[in-house]
Amino acid sequence: MSLSDALPTFLAEARGLLEAMETALGVLDGNPNDTGAINSLFRAAHTIKGSAGLFGLDHIVDFTHEMESVLDRVRDGALSLNSSRIELMLLCRDHIDRLLEVVEIGSEPDEALLTQGEELTARLRQDLPASAASPSDPIHWAPVTGDDPVRNLGSDPTEGDTLWHLSLRFGRDVLRHGMDPLSFIHYLNTLGEVRQVYTVTDALPPAEEMDPESCYLGFEIRLHSEADKQCIEDVFDFVREESQIRILPPGAHFPQFLALMQAVPEDNHRLGEILVGCGAITERELEHMLDAQARQKSDASPTSAPRLGEALVQEERIQPELVGAALRRQQEVRRRQAQESRLLRVRADKLDSLIDLVGELVIAGAGLQAQVQGQGDTALHESAQEIARLVDGIRDGAMNLRLVEIGETFSRFGRVVRDVSRETGKDIALRIEGAETELDKTVVERLADPLTHLVRNAIDHGIESPEIRQARSKPSQGQLHLGARHEAGSVVIEIMDDGGGLDRERILAKAKERGLLPSDAEPDDAEVWNLIFEPGFSTAQSVSNLSGRGVGMDVVKQAIDALRGGIEIESSPGQGSTFRIRLPLSLAIIDGFRVSVSGNEYVVPLDMVLECMEMPRDLTEGETPHLNLRGDVLPLLPLGAFFGLPKASVTRRNIVVVQWGGRSAGLLVDELQGQLQAVIKPLGPLFKGLPGISGSTILGSGEVALVLDVPGLLERVVSVDSASYLQ
Amino acid sequence: MECRLIQQDRRGSFVLEGELTIHHALDMKQALLSVLAQSESIEISLAGVTEMDTAGAQLLLMIKRAAEEQGVALRLKDHTSAVRTVVETMQLAGTLGDPMLIPGEAADGDHP
Repeated sequence: MSLSDALPTFLAEARGLLEAMETALGVLDGNPNDTGAINSLFRAAHTIKGSAGLFGLDHIVDFTHEMESVLDRVRDGALSLNSSRIELMLLCRDHIDRLLEVVEIGSEPDEALLTQGEELTARLRQDLPASAASPSDPIHWAPVTGDDPVRNLGSDPTEGDTLWHLSLRFGRDVLRHGMDPLSFIHYLNTLGEVRQVYTVTDALPPAEEMDPESCYLGFEIRLHSEADKQCIEDVFDFVREESQIRILPPGAHFPQFLALMQAVPEDNHRLGEILVGCGAITERELEHMLDAQARQKSDASPTSAPRLGEALVQEERIQPELVGAALRRQQEVRRRQAQESRLLRVRADKLDSLIDLVGELVIAGAGLQAQVQGQGDTALHESAQEIARLVDGIRDGAMNLRLVEIGETFSRFGRVVRDVSRETGKDIALRIEGAETELDKTVVERLADPLTHLVRNAIDHGIESPEIRQARSKPSQGQLHLGARHEAGSVVIEIMDDGGGLDRERILAKAKERGLLPSDAEPDDAEVWNLIFEPGFSTAQSVSNLSGRGVGMDVVKQAIDALRGGIEIESSPGQGSTFRIRLPLSLAIIDGFRVSVSGNEYVVPLDMVLECMEMPRDLTEGETPHLNLRGDVLPLLPLGAFFGLPKASVTRRNIVVVQWGGRSAGLLVDELQGQLQAVIKPLGPLFKGLPGISGSTILGSGEVALVLDVPGLLERVVSVDSASYLQ
Repeated sequence: MECRLIQQDRRGSFVLEGELTIHHALDMKQALLSVLAQSESIEISLAGVTEMDTAGAQLLLMIKRAAEEQGVALRLKDHTSAVRTVVETMQLAGTLGDPMLIPGEAADGDHP
């Protein structure tokens, strides 16, 4: 048990907060006075610090502490977030990220990381007043300037106003859950100064009955701190549910302690002694309280003892402003809880196994359908139809669970654009569209790398330097556009820049030099652009540390092919280029259209089927693989011949017209078998490279059908076409 | 890192070493309780304790209390800085009742 159970949760949460931090910094880069973003930045740093403290990750606490101090001054308006500070904050964010990585692998930060942390800390301290910057005294870092409207209300700012009383009774299981009450006390020291601790050992059972892995200790703590109640409460976030945490604000008097006495497990006299022991109350006050309680008991039954609020009002100790603040906070907490209950964190593998099961259900459903159709039982038929409809719904619902918005991936590029444009000395604005477009989580994850590469390429090679842009009478700020949208069963992602565009001549020359094209070839633009996806192909005249090494574009293409997608390029000289990625909506289960060729079953993804028709009688196969479809030339691909199948004797053959990425072709097949739901199973590694096949599926009859790779087939039709054209 | 309780001699001297933490709490409870039967007067040196947490502190509280109930004089000595930090944080020195000696060279800097 090297990692406590809660640590993965902490890491996941911290990563989420770092992302929030980055988003906030992105916003602030454009609008440095956005208070919402400043607050979320501060909250993120603060929460990371708090949680890290619980796990005793002192290096993270120390570091985020400095960051928080600076942000606190920003929040107060004492500092402004200029671009150098934003830059610094981004570096700090990265540093925390690396510290988290170190925690994740369970080791300690190495020398280089520590040095980096010190450098960043030194830079952060430049923004702090001298007194707060002293490293030996991290406690009094936040000088309270002026009157605090809430904390100092109505009383003298003496120390009594900052002395909190904390009454902690930890749950039996906190130790088992990997949390140590000691860390909480240590952490309280970062919020202020723990003046007194009284460890309550009364709950410790006799030795024989004691379970040494349970926690029996409680603590009464006097804490001197300027922090607000929320801050102190947040410390106990991870144990709040199982433990009894009571926090009495500074200046609490006997009604509060009275309530405390009623709430803790120890009897009144015992707790009284404890409270006297740690200096929270005096002997006289204790007597007074015990008296008051005795009176209360004789007045009424114990169950109807006044509640804390009532007691406070009776004692006229409560200030209306405080009530208001408390109410607001309660509402906030309730809202947060409501929000939490709307969202559910589910492990990805649970979801995957659900989807697997749904896949099996779809196959079994298809089997049922096939059998029912053979029988003449109408009622059975209807029931089977109803089940099929429900399975449909379940399938869609299950697939939807895996969908995530692509925006999160997009917003990551804000950072990439910022960093890369700084490195290259360019001024680039990033525009994002369609961030709410949903895609399968796996697809989004696997898209991140190719997208990064395309974005970097666009910045590095696409968009020109400000001087060249001005010379070409373009605005000196370059535009990079990232967009996503749904389009007929697929998702289209565009990376568009307004740079110089691809250099047709240079690509052609290079391709001929490398022997990719015959020297007299005059291919059209689309073919030229596709050449850049050839392995090792780069036309960049200068190799920068970003791109231009000829490694990458082929990898981009491979990654997108692996997702059963396609990429196309549009480019015009001087105007810029557009990289358009098309991806299928889902990977696991699709609506398919079943056809048979020479007794073999094939499935075409239904999204790509335009129409079906009988093969015209006058069309003879072989020499003329074309069809005149309402005036347009439609290239035909005889599937049987393509897969090398023996010819079957069929009276009338059929044509399935398929479309993908703006191109269409007709597949020549024997029989049309109708629609089905296909659960796509990957082919084994042996068959991975098969042209024209992207996977397999199991039919209701238990037979295996191959899923056709329509984009791949279309490419073949077109390339065969142009090859014959060239000859 | 393990946690062990080693008998030094037949007169009731023991040395505790390793991590006195939740990971070894079950074993250490038995080990600690078993020494009480050995002698009327027992001394446990904590000189080898490298790490201690709340579970460890509870064990020390338990053994002290059990010793008292059984009329055994139990003394804890040679508190390492790991032990002292916990005892001081929880302010348990009085409850445990054994004098804690702070070595001269380590007297500063090991408690925040």
